Amino acid sequence: MFPQLRNNPTAAWVAMFVVAAALLALPYLAGMLGNAWVRALAFMLLYIMLALGLNIVVGFAGLLDLGYIAFYAVGAYTYALLASPHLAQNFAWIAQAFPDGLHNSIWFVIPMSAGIAALFGILLGAPVLKLRGDYLAIVTLGFGEIVRIFLNNLNSPLNITNGPQGITLIDPVTIAGVNFARTQNFFGLEVPSVYLYYYLFLVLTLITIVICIRLQNSRLGRAWMAIREDEIAAKAMGINVRNVKLLAFSLGATFGGVAGAMFSAFQGFVSPESFVLNESIIVLAMVVLGGLGHIPGVILGAALLALFPELLRHTVTPVQMALFGEVIVEAEVLRMMLYGLALVLVMLYRPKGLWPAPEHGVNPVVQKHSRLAA
Amino acid sequence: METLIQQIINGLVLGSMYSLIALGYTMVYGILNLINFAHGDVMTVGALTSLTAALLLQSMFPGVPGWFILLGALLAAIPVCVTLSLVIERVAYRPLRNAPRLAPLITAIGVSIVIQTIAMLIWGRNFLTYPQLVSNNPINVFGATVTQTKIAVISLSAIVMLGLMLLVNRTRLGRAMRATAENPRVASLMGVNPNFVIAATFAIGAALAALAGVMLATTYGVAHFYMGFLPGLKAFTAAVLGGIGNVPGAMIGGLLLGLIESLGAGYIGQFTGGVFGSNYQDVFAFIILVAVLIFRPQGLLGERVADRS
Repeated sequence: MFPQLRNNPTAAWVAMFVVAAALLALPYLAGMLGNAWVRALAFMLLYIMLALGLNIVVGFAGLLDLGYIAFYAVGAYTYALLASPHLAQNFAWIAQAFPDGLHNSIWFVIPMSAGIAALFGILLGAPVLKLRGDYLAIVTLGFGEIVRIFLNNLNSPLNITNGPQGITLIDPVTIAGVNFARTQNFFGLEVPSVYLYYYLFLVLTLITIVICIRLQNSRLGRAWMAIREDEIAAKAMGINVRNVKLLAFSLGATFGGVAGAMFSAFQGFVSPESFVLNESIIVLAMVVLGGLGHIPGVILGAALLALFPELLRHTVTPVQMALFGEVIVEAEVLRMMLYGLALVLVMLYRPKGLWPAPEHGVNPVVQKHSRLAA
Repeated sequence: METLIQQIINGLVLGSMYSLIALGYTMVYGILNLINFAHGDVMTVGALTSLTAALLLQSMFPGVPGWFILLGALLAAIPVCVTLSLVIERVAYRPLRNAPRLAPLITAIGVSIVIQTIAMLIWGRNFLTYPQLVSNNPINVFGATVTQTKIAVISLSAIVMLGLMLLVNRTRLGRAMRATAENPRVASLMGVNPNFVIAATFAIGAALAALAGVMLATTYGVAHFYMGFLPGLKAFTAAVLGGIGNVPGAMIGGLLLGLIESLGAGYIGQFTGGVFGSNYQDVFAFIILVAVLIFRPQGLLGERVADRS
């Protein structure tokens, strides 16, 4: 990415130190503008995790998944059910075993969230392996809707998800006795809850990035890209297309599941409202805008689109108030419209994204669809 | 027994609307191999335009019977939808005809979102009541109740679909459409203008969507900016069920899907002992979609395989 750093270890270390210091100081800088910005930063990191997970499926393996948010939902609900009083309140036998409700350690809950999300990834992947791009898109979209409909309706006859009201009183993250829901005092430095979550998400995001980079350069990553470019040729080269596609679905889902679990802990509340189709499309827009299949691009896209609504909220409403004396277009509406426009315009004018992959062959858009090449 | 007949009638009404929308998907897919995600939203715009037109006409000509106002509203909605659809085709799909597969699919999603938000800006985010233009007096048929609207929906869509079959199979344009679907390059060598044929396909699909939108809004009495999303998705399922790219397939698929949905929603409670209720109605379409794609990807009437490129 930066050739001048590649052969200069000192400069590379200095650069890394500067970036690390900037990332650590970021919430305090953003905090000066108000706590909403720190929250937005924490959500940005969650979205980066989601976008990187979706990038494995769409960017690396070239499988358009429009129901990705379902895995986020599965992760979030797994965390919510395993770390809240909800199940104990509704099932006598659980209440007998755990009179205070289920409050599992995050070292158990997060792997469970990741694992169950991965299982759902395989469940979705297995029947749709043979489908071509556009069918796949519709089926995954349907899958996302099915998951949401079930979350919405599984409150009777057995109250599992508490329906549209969602699950409340979800445990915050606690690591080594440090409760992330309270302001903590480290050596005289006050660290509020949101900041703690920011640092936790930062660590998780860095882990995700490292895994993604390692995956991209691995045998598996090359197999994904081979499938993306030409499935038949990949098969001829001895790639087990079925297994490799299933791995893409389940690994992508795993990241979604972890991000979902973090969302659940951060909010303390989950409901089906958070997992609508538009969310899937927002994550897709991040991946597409940044650059399909290019990790730094995807991070850039996610960061831009995640912070964008916060910026809109602080500009659109006051500007309209000043110009017209009333709010004509709400920031939320404008945001969705701009996301839609971004999808169209990027595909028309910059199909490889804002920060495209430099090398030849890391381009998800080689296979031509040439029925109308005339 | 009465419930059965009632559910069959409801299924036919729902199915006729799915068929009309599915035709738009299937014709575009047949020619361009593209899922026009924005099709459901074109339908929404049709329904909302007709709502505005109906209210306007009602206030301008208070004494005119409801049927005429509804007809006027439909005639207002069709050109709006056709124009919208042609603009979408020209702006978002035509430049990407030779692009990789993912590209037009992603723009289609983007266009769908943009139309939804614009519709929301124009008509607001609330459910709007569609005026009651046709008498809602129930007519008894073997113990089940039917309204004039429902009879009109079923018969009108039958007539329209018959007309479309004639258009596709008997006219010059229909032949050009079939030729382009078969092989666009050879068709253009034979003097068919592919751009014209594609535009005509989009226009016909949009007109059918406008009709379906008006029917949907009058039957259920409400309209809002998001109303086209689920019917659009289900109509796509219907198109796949019948065999995508196949015009009679879309009609049969739509009717079948409507019947399955309405009977399923009516009886799921009895079959599962009350565990699942009719709130799972929307799941049926997706389960059928997945099942069809696994076991018979070419659909009921289709001959082509799903995996062609």
